[in-house]
Amino acid sequence: MDALIPLPVTIPLLIAAALLAANPWLNRRVADSAGLVTSLAVAVICGLLCAASRQGLLVYWFGGWRPRAGIALGIDFAVDPFGAGLAGLAAVLMAAAFLFAWHYFDSIGTLFHCLMLVFLGAMCGFCLTGDLFNMFVFFELMGATAYALTGYKTEASALEGALNFAVINTVGAYLMLWGVALVYARTGALNLAQIDRGLQAHSLDGLVIVGFLLICLGFLIKGAIVPFHFWLADAHAVAPTPVCVLFSGVMVLLGVFGVFRVYWSAFGVLNAHAEQLGLVFVGLGTVTACTGAVMCFLQRHLKRLLAFSTISHMGIVLMGMGLLSIEGTAGAAIYGVSHGLIKGGLFLAAGLLLNTLGDVDETALRWRGRGMPMTGLLMTLGGLGLADCPPFGLSTGKALMERAADASWFSAVMLFASILTGGAVLRAAGRIFLGAGPADTQERAAPSERETRETEGVRGHAPWVMLSPGLILVALAVLIGLWPQAVETVGAAAGNFLDRKGYVAAVLNDGSRVSIQQAQSPRPLSSGEQARGFLSVVGACLLACAALFRHRVPRGVRKQLLAAMRPLLNGLESLHSGNICDYLAWLTCGAALLGALLAIALR
Amino acid sequence: MIQLPYWIAAWLLLMGLYGMVTSRNWLHMVICLTVVQSSTYMVLLSVGYRTDAGPPIFNEVPVGTPAVDPVVQTLCLTDIVVGATTTALLLAIAVQVFRQRGTLDPAALRPMRNSGPQQQQE
Repeated sequence: MDALIPLPVTIPLLIAAALLAANPWLNRRVADSAGLVTSLAVAVICGLLCAASRQGLLVYWFGGWRPRAGIALGIDFAVDPFGAGLAGLAAVLMAAAFLFAWHYFDSIGTLFHCLMLVFLGAMCGFCLTGDLFNMFVFFELMGATAYALTGYKTEASALEGALNFAVINTVGAYLMLWGVALVYARTGALNLAQIDRGLQAHSLDGLVIVGFLLICLGFLIKGAIVPFHFWLADAHAVAPTPVCVLFSGVMVLLGVFGVFRVYWSAFGVLNAHAEQLGLVFVGLGTVTACTGAVMCFLQRHLKRLLAFSTISHMGIVLMGMGLLSIEGTAGAAIYGVSHGLIKGGLFLAAGLLLNTLGDVDETALRWRGRGMPMTGLLMTLGGLGLADCPPFGLSTGKALMERAADASWFSAVMLFASILTGGAVLRAAGRIFLGAGPADTQERAAPSERETRETEGVRGHAPWVMLSPGLILVALAVLIGLWPQAVETVGAAAGNFLDRKGYVAAVLNDGSRVSIQQAQSPRPLSSGEQARGFLSVVGACLLACAALFRHRVPRGVRKQLLAAMRPLLNGLESLHSGNICDYLAWLTCGAALLGALLAIALR
Repeated sequence: MIQLPYWIAAWLLLMGLYGMVTSRNWLHMVICLTVVQSSTYMVLLSVGYRTDAGPPIFNEVPVGTPAVDPVVQTLCLTDIVVGATTTALLLAIAVQVFRQRGTLDPAALRPMRNSGPQQQQE
């Protein structure tokens, strides 16, 4: 089993190098198949690792540089079920993206495949590594390939989106490197477990807080947490569809994962202040969930709409992880993975519309999707999924997080976010596939742009090879929700993820396996807890209907409502200006604010 | 304990960020980004510096000879590679943008806000 550990990183990188070397002689279909097979192989390996690591952390030291006398000398991969599961999610989404891209970009050659495979390798490495600097390197590798993939279409908007994305994330990476340097200055260590021991040997002071802040900033920027989220809507709205699947499905999730990987493995010194720290995270998550949801509902460009919904859901994941409890973490994990699958399916539906009808603008597409029942089904299912409809995994995760938080405002925020995001997708589906609502209604001044088709020769109807990956992803999200042992299994994995002592002991004890103490796993959900998901579905459907048939509402009432909301909505929209300088100013202010909050919380 | 290098690193970081926030040209923006990056070189090398210590080359020197920390120097090398990749990529994209839009002003280059149908208020 140990020999498998480095493979999720090395296989994609090697295949990418081979494809690049053979580029001039390669048939397009060979590259497609190589990409697909590689992703599936990585998914299988990650699945095996995930199953094997349930017994205890799997530690692999590169070059055989094992720790001596409790001092880590080399670089390790430390695999736990969460890390391996996330890497597996990345591989599954990558396989779906390759399948979708079968008819994609006829002139691209194989460079696209190389970039995608390097991206996959970087994401897997980020999930599996147990070394802080290694995390930075994979973070940057992931970033660099992602910037190139965003601008792949070389349309002006795509290039501008890539520039914004690249600059904000690179600044984030440098801030993170600052944090790594400060932590190294205190501990002389880069291994997460070693850092934990080094930090515990000293008292908590400003250096550690600033180091933690800077490392978190890098991850929060990647995780698109308000006020660091501005780049996401620009990048995700313009990137090629298969790339969007990975961006929204898993890359942002990795940002949030990174924060808690570092917290739960290396920053035991903050343990005494866990309660206040958790409040900061939950607060950030709440703001993110609400902002993302409102912005999502205001959009009419489908990919931009989905991008804002991703921001909202990342806020919810941060809220769940920020509870810093086993139940909350398990709920956030189920929620995050199911969201990734459903969001992947929804982006593929948007891609199908773009490639069949040549547009992704909700108002321009009104009733033009009537000949595409399967795409309509996919989009409706996705919308129901985002609204936490019960057989989908999101409802399980949400119910678990609500139980962990046990606060009515927490549930209210989640209800608000799922109603708005689910309602927005259902509204778009109703308008595009059923022709509901008047023809001349336009969503408020939301930015939109015609995109060029990404395929040649796919006209009229969607081929099955493009349709099936989306349906498979949504079906997987349903399977997670139907899986009866989901709560217990993921709960046990969350127990391992949160077990800092077990992690440190397993890594530093000369690689010998320490059986991680089995924490008490959460009890399964009662049917009452699960049925609460229907509340948000009803809310989302009502909201979608209200948005579509608002012309039936008496004029006076409508005017009053709009007048009341307009200043807020216009203000929110104008904040998302698309200007990189504004974004950087927000980043700086947000960093200062977060620093102040942490200084108060960790005093 | 010499604090000067840390202050210089912090100053570089803040000046770089200030330059980026007020930038009116993408080339200027990318160069300011490299200023931000050079602050990380500064802080990494300062962390590993020891007074009266030689370079970390352990060839025919007695065991226990003080040397500056080689780990941060390797981190710095990796950082340089990362920075070169990103800078090259950003400049390449900037060239493409200039070809299509004819300007490099970030305020004029806002994705999805330049073309697109005119909006009507309901």
